[in-house]
Amino acid sequence: MELIAEKETRQKELTGTLSGSEAVLQALLIEKVDTVFGYPGGAIMPIYDAIYDYQDKIRHILVRHEQGSIHAAQGYARASGRTGVVFATSGPGATNLVTGLADAMIDSTPVVCITGQVFAHLLGTDAFQETDVVNITAPITKWNYQITDASEIPSVIAKAFYIAKSGRPGPVLIDITKNAQAQKFEFTGYEKCHHIRSYRPKPIVREKYIEQAALLINEAKKPFVVFGQGVLLGKAEKEFKNFIEKAGIPAAWTVMGISALPSDHPLGVGMLGMHGNYAPNVLTNECDVLIAVGMRFDDRVTGRLDKYAKQAKVIHLDIDPAEIDKNVKATVPVWGDCRETLPLLTRLVDKKSHKEWLQKFRELQKEEEKECIVPELHPESDILTMGEVIRLVNEHTDGNSIIVSDVGQHQMVACRYAKFNHSKSNITSGGLGTMGFGLPAAIGAKFGAPHREVILVAGDGGFQMTIQELGTIMQNKIDVKLLILNNKFLGMVRQWQQLFLDKRYSFVDIESPDFVQVAKGYGIEGKSVSQRKDLKEAIKEMLEHKGSYLLEVAVGKENNVFPMVPQGCSVSEIRLK
Amino acid sequence: MEKREYTLTVYTENQIGILNRIAILFSRRKINIESLNTSPTEVESVHRFTIVIYETEEVVSKLCRQIEKQVEVLKAYYNTDEEIVWQELALYKVSTDTVAEKVKVERLLREFGARAVAIRKDYTVFETTGHREETDRLVKELEPYGLIEFVRSARVAILKGSHDFHERLKEFEQKQPGEDVIENEYLNKQDEVFTL
Repeated sequence: MELIAEKETRQKELTGTLSGSEAVLQALLIEKVDTVFGYPGGAIMPIYDAIYDYQDKIRHILVRHEQGSIHAAQGYARASGRTGVVFATSGPGATNLVTGLADAMIDSTPVVCITGQVFAHLLGTDAFQETDVVNITAPITKWNYQITDASEIPSVIAKAFYIAKSGRPGPVLIDITKNAQAQKFEFTGYEKCHHIRSYRPKPIVREKYIEQAALLINEAKKPFVVFGQGVLLGKAEKEFKNFIEKAGIPAAWTVMGISALPSDHPLGVGMLGMHGNYAPNVLTNECDVLIAVGMRFDDRVTGRLDKYAKQAKVIHLDIDPAEIDKNVKATVPVWGDCRETLPLLTRLVDKKSHKEWLQKFRELQKEEEKECIVPELHPESDILTMGEVIRLVNEHTDGNSIIVSDVGQHQMVACRYAKFNHSKSNITSGGLGTMGFGLPAAIGAKFGAPHREVILVAGDGGFQMTIQELGTIMQNKIDVKLLILNNKFLGMVRQWQQLFLDKRYSFVDIESPDFVQVAKGYGIEGKSVSQRKDLKEAIKEMLEHKGSYLLEVAVGKENNVFPMVPQGCSVSEIRLK
Repeated sequence: MEKREYTLTVYTENQIGILNRIAILFSRRKINIESLNTSPTEVESVHRFTIVIYETEEVVSKLCRQIEKQVEVLKAYYNTDEEIVWQELALYKVSTDTVAEKVKVERLLREFGARAVAIRKDYTVFETTGHREETDRLVKELEPYGLIEFVRSARVAILKGSHDFHERLKEFEQKQPGEDVIENEYLNKQDEVFTL
């Protein structure tokens, strides 16, 4: 009864003559949006005029560049599991979102971007700040739409939120012409969208394939689970854990799958891919049944495809039918949301423990420990390594913080060595590899999970790509810890040049400003360390500091990330040095 | 795998921009579209695309799934030439004098089953329907007599035999996810859309 009454009053509030802009804000309220990242401009001014009256209900975070707004919305979405929202103006405002949209598309992040557009009668006339943003963003959005009449606003925004979040999530862009934002219309209420006839968010689960999959798993001698972000997006962490624990199968994660399983889980065998762990890469080519859960066999994961797990029968669980057979042919395709399919599978698999097989992983792991991990985490020389910095961070966080990383060597080191006890704790640009993602994503992550500690791990290169967002931290007093691992190089490119291009270091030598001074300019406390003796204390100081803090650590200039699967090689040809 | 001609049949919502969304899936993979037709179907607000490309089956099947993944696409199929009945329409504009005077031209038009759709003092427009090779041949034959203008439509195709089609539907059902999402009113009217 209460619910009905509440609904009725809400309906009453919402009906009447509203402007398009007010309708946008009403829609966001009903979609329970609490934070919007944005930047105003000419063509979105009516919406900004409307949000002025909604400041007590919706928090607007003014960024310093539109790219920052969308990366922040991505960070928000990844940390909270909700949909990130962005406002930007037409023309340059909208085109500045392109990188973030592409990033959200490839990493399946739910984001709704609302962009202003010139007046409808000016469309196609090369008007001031007019860009054909709907066509520009078509290949990098899950869906996009241009509104030229205010009456479309409620239904289109409802569709936008539904599409962004349902099925395999992704970015949606809604372009609203200025006249539609200002136009008064009869607002008859906002109804959430639950269904679009041409859109199937989830494929139907087929018992037959579940049974076939269970049969394969039960007969397997050396089964191996590889999992990705699908487990996180499907909120299926528990279901996943139950599955591998009952079947006793070793499981390895992709970069995007990190933190779906606690780092120290007894069946966790590490990270897959180019800079992943030794054992899971090598044993991919030895397992007899490969069970892929919510991952898409990216080329950085598979290495050379024609030599990838050729001996194995492949069971592929995915919500997106287009992913099945895209890169690796599935013996048994299990369509569906893994939150639904995993329990069905768990019910049918035998309780087992593959001790000897798991032991094989542990043995190979020892080799990696000796060759790569120990020298990285406990170096003998005076030169600081990225790994030891992460190790010291782990000592403080004990796996309870959100680690946001940028792109490059430090990203791989953070993904390899950071400890995670909680889901949705590793935020990084996996598919697109967007340098500059880290800083704004960390800001967004803090809004998405305000009670958690957010630590950005960035390189000297990527940090400078979106360094202006320090202004956003300053203005909003956002408590994020900024850890810059400075090797005075564009390290990942330099590593490839060293290994494959005869050390011809072409334009990787990058000079940086005094990061601590820059931070001070923005009112952010900071420190720079280059000696091992100061490191531990500095990290402690950073993490115990109230408010944001920047710590720059001068690490070895020419350290490399190993192991490594060289491009064009099979995963089993992974190099330890 | 060998490349061959495939005809894709795509059912979509009638929505601005869907043509672009479909087209970029081809151009992104550097695949040329040989012919493209789009028109309303017998079901209101559902449109049908017929797209002809020259590719391997592996590429076409993946492409089909990517097309179907678009929010506004209802269903996408691909077929070889053997599995479809198709036609293209061609219009030929020739000088009326030539038609009146040259017996050979008259014979050609008769032989190709051409139909006059417009006759003016100075020109006549003929129409044929058929496969590309047939219209190509008539163009070649007419050329010496002064073809003023020529245009050809895209291919339209129908799947051979409803029995086969329904089998295919079932086959898709097995290889692809079920299409009946709860509350999906469209799919309850499946027969209206897909019955031949």
